[in-house]
Amino acid sequence: MAEKMELNDVEVWDGNYAAAQALRQAQVDVVAAYPITPSTPIVENYGAFVANGYIDGEFVMVESEHGAMSTCVGAAAAGGRVATATSSQGFLLMVEVLYQASGMRLPIVLNVVNRALASPLNVRGDHGDMYAGRDSGWIQLDAFNAQEAYDLNFCAFKIAEDINVRLPAMVHQDGFLTSHTAQNVSPLSDDEAYAFIGDYKPVEEMLDFSKAVTYGAQTEEDWHYEHKAKQHRALMDSYVVIDRVFEEFKQKTGREYKRVESYLMEDAEVAIVALGSTVETAIQAAQELRDNEGLKAGVVAPRCFRPFPFNEIRDALADVKAVAVLDRSCPMGAMGALFNEVSAAMYTTPSRPLITNFIYGLGGRDFSLEDAKHIFREQKGHADVGYITTHIQQFSGLRGPKLGFYETKRSK
Amino acid sequence: MAITSIKNLKEFSTVNERFEGAHLLCPGCAHSMIVRELMNATDDNLVIASATGCLEVCTAVYPYTSWDTSWIHIGFENAASAATGAEAMYKARKRKGTLKDPDAPVKFVAFGGDGATYDIGFQWLSGAVERGHDFTYICLDNENYANTGGQRSSSTPIGAHTSTAQAGRVSYGKKQKKKDMVAIMAAHGAPYVAQLAPNKWKIMAKGFQKALETEGPCFINTVSACTTEWKFDPKDTIHITDLATDTLMFPIYEIIDGHELNILYRPKNVIPVEEYLAAQGRYKHLFKPENRHVIEQIQKEIDAKWEYLQRREEARV
Repeated sequence: MAEKMELNDVEVWDGNYAAAQALRQAQVDVVAAYPITPSTPIVENYGAFVANGYIDGEFVMVESEHGAMSTCVGAAAAGGRVATATSSQGFLLMVEVLYQASGMRLPIVLNVVNRALASPLNVRGDHGDMYAGRDSGWIQLDAFNAQEAYDLNFCAFKIAEDINVRLPAMVHQDGFLTSHTAQNVSPLSDDEAYAFIGDYKPVEEMLDFSKAVTYGAQTEEDWHYEHKAKQHRALMDSYVVIDRVFEEFKQKTGREYKRVESYLMEDAEVAIVALGSTVETAIQAAQELRDNEGLKAGVVAPRCFRPFPFNEIRDALADVKAVAVLDRSCPMGAMGALFNEVSAAMYTTPSRPLITNFIYGLGGRDFSLEDAKHIFREQKGHADVGYITTHIQQFSGLRGPKLGFYETKRSK
Repeated sequence: MAITSIKNLKEFSTVNERFEGAHLLCPGCAHSMIVRELMNATDDNLVIASATGCLEVCTAVYPYTSWDTSWIHIGFENAASAATGAEAMYKARKRKGTLKDPDAPVKFVAFGGDGATYDIGFQWLSGAVERGHDFTYICLDNENYANTGGQRSSSTPIGAHTSTAQAGRVSYGKKQKKKDMVAIMAAHGAPYVAQLAPNKWKIMAKGFQKALETEGPCFINTVSACTTEWKFDPKDTIHITDLATDTLMFPIYEIIDGHELNILYRPKNVIPVEEYLAAQGRYKHLFKPENRHVIEQIQKEIDAKWEYLQRREEARV
């Protein structure tokens, strides 16, 4: 039996350590991993737990991230709890197998410590890797700080392993900004944490020899489409379980999560939509603008990137006049992905707010309170005149001449 | 039914039907012979991983499966990871007491073609063997990417025609020599490594059993004659394989613990390699006068390799 660990009511952990502790408490059966900055400490801390008898499961240090996710798939098909962690290029190396894991409906939990994608090589945080996973059939939960990185791991196991879901899940946190910033984290006790997710319940497992199972079959035009549609439906319908698990987590801890988080939105006239640690910057900017300038600013943040909370985004932004959607990933020849999704949701409303897109923070470029305030003020300008006065897509914090694309046709 | 002795081919070949006859492999393909023999070589439960390739696409087309055992396919390169991931889970669950039948003996096996083994999955295989998982990797070596229509692999012998190393007016086919995968896997220090062939079925069955019984990672390269891409009549699969082993194009031997080499089959009459080459369409261009030198080169290399294997065996190092 694994040794239990005594934890204080409040610990000072960074996001990586918080995630590693969550994996330990989940008593994962197999962790197969390959280290990469900035997620490496998750794997290293897990290795320390193994070396000191805090873990009963197998810790398999493989030869690449592709090998890591492949080993996770083999392990998950053998009927136990499986998790790993990665970032950036490692995530991209896993991408092939991400689709195979979700296609085989294996509830693996992957901690993605978001980092920019080369070239040029960059170890700092942006959301390029997170966005590269958005069509892979995984649930994607987004943590804005270390506490959430900890909490959402438990929610991820419970959601992914639910018999009505059976899909893999990612827990995202921002590289360095969250992963390497020590913050107060209120942990659960080992017993409480495990009781929340419970024992793993094997489904169609390869180690039950009373029934032969075939994983990873071939389908062509006769059945592939139906399989994929069914998988899509499972992901779309998983919101029911996500909401239930978030509610159970609130009952247990008092900490509340929603698929779309709204801050200062009750009477907001303008809003920022963002992901990751930027959400906290935007909330503070909104509060200061409210206090000092009387600007009714609010923040909307998808906690759940996949399945995309289309209805909840629409409802959260229904009454605002102007919205800035922030994408921390370079869309390369298009509008930002989050902008496109939010715009699609808002197009179905009668009011159709004015929506602009900001690319920002690539490769760890700082996104300051002033940057956020500038964006809010600009939205207020749009709201006042009733149309978008700037390019629809702009770049915040970029050195050199101002860069922008596309203009509205809704102007007077 | 426990296998205590392997004397009768008919009995042996029907002992344990866990690989169904209904599959889509070409008539005359040696893959199914090798797979059936592996599965008949043990009564233990089997968890099998297959790499993408002929075996995989021909045996698990939804809603059908030829596998009456636990079977998984992920991708082209990662069969070793799939098998060893399952093996890691088995160890974890055995320790934690969560297996349904904790006493049931289990063996973990991965199958890959030479594409999956020599080329695209080389790193995954090397990693899995280095980590020391208890599993057996079997390469179904047909010396080309047969599933995609016969392209060169690093297992394709020099002089063979493939669609991406073509014989033509100014080319004698593949210019590079076959990669020595057996030596590479032995160099990993794997406890049991062998090269086996389905025509020598008793030797092959014993080799499979030895690998399955050996704790740790084992690697077996099996010659799998490919009627479609080697271009011979489907009825001649075993005849071609006889030529492969008796010309010593495919010597049959094992290497224990990375160093102890034993030759498992010595042909009574070693046949010149020309006969093996002449029996297959993929080598027919070598018999043109300007390409004859390649045949001589192949023969020289076979002789040198055989000399080397015998010396290694004698030296006991």
